[in-house]
Amino acid sequence: MSLDPINLAAFLGMALVTYLTRIAGLALVGRLNLSARAQAAFDAIPPSVLIAVIAPSALATGWLETVAALVCGLAATRLPLLGVVAVGVATVVALRMVA
Amino acid sequence: MSWKDEARAGLNDIWPAALAAVPIGLLFGALAAGKGLSPFEVFLMSVLVFAGGAQFAAVELWTHPAPILALVFSTALINARHILMSASIAPKLKGFSTAQLFGGLYYMADENWALAEKRARSHPVTPAYWFAMIVPFVLGWLTTSTTGAIIGAALGDPKRYGADFAFTALFIALTAAFWKGRVTAWTVAAAGIASALAYKLAGPPWHVLAGALCGLAAAWIAAGDLPGKAIESPAE
Repeated sequence: MSLDPINLAAFLGMALVTYLTRIAGLALVGRLNLSARAQAAFDAIPPSVLIAVIAPSALATGWLETVAALVCGLAATRLPLLGVVAVGVATVVALRMVA
Repeated sequence: MSWKDEARAGLNDIWPAALAAVPIGLLFGALAAGKGLSPFEVFLMSVLVFAGGAQFAAVELWTHPAPILALVFSTALINARHILMSASIAPKLKGFSTAQLFGGLYYMADENWALAEKRARSHPVTPAYWFAMIVPFVLGWLTTSTTGAIIGAALGDPKRYGADFAFTALFIALTAAFWKGRVTAWTVAAAGIASALAYKLAGPPWHVLAGALCGLAAAWIAAGDLPGKAIESPAE
């Protein structure tokens, strides 16, 4: 049960700033009068962020992670969430055994 | 629909994401333990912050004593997306009291937000649905990250089970749920290339900002020549 006070301060700082991002959007609701084009950009937020978070792992780790990511992309057109994860993890493990 | 049906729908939607997050939580706990954080500290960080990507980045930055400013800045940058996410989901949350809204948003994460956005296309998003998604997802993250910290050393190299890749596969699958054809293809290409380049050139957490902004810019540009859009917004 060890707890370093400086670590605790870091957790609290991280928690505060994270919560602020989670409620800050409430202040924007109703003030955003989006054009069709801005709406397209707004709709692009989820795929942009999801891909931006994983791109280093998918594109900048090694060729086999890139291949596995492409396999996941193909699998995602046909399989549900967990199926894609299973295919991705299996592909990475198989490629690492071969490579 | 009754609140029970709503809660059941929430559980049905969240369980694959919660299951996919199990190896991620174990991996996170193991990595944090490797940086000298105790299982109790890992539990505290998970319960207070509850943001997978930001927590992974934080563990990567962790030294002793903790570099508080760098950690808070990295967390703010990686979680800045939440501002637009909450702006997008908040008007779709129906029948929430103020306490439910401010409490429910505390644990808004990529996965449960994405599922709620998907739900909102066909149904109102009720408190029963939202909390039925949130509670198991949060409990799963707390349990697996703390467990990972306890058994971290015993797990051995997570790469052997491909556990390090589960996060990537999960996010690719979630991206597919938002596919809207050509505009999304440009978005994904721009976000991926910009993020990978920024990661190589500037390192974390800049890749998230660069990738997200380039993805948005690509969507803005690609949507400009959509038929009909120019007529709807002649000012552009």
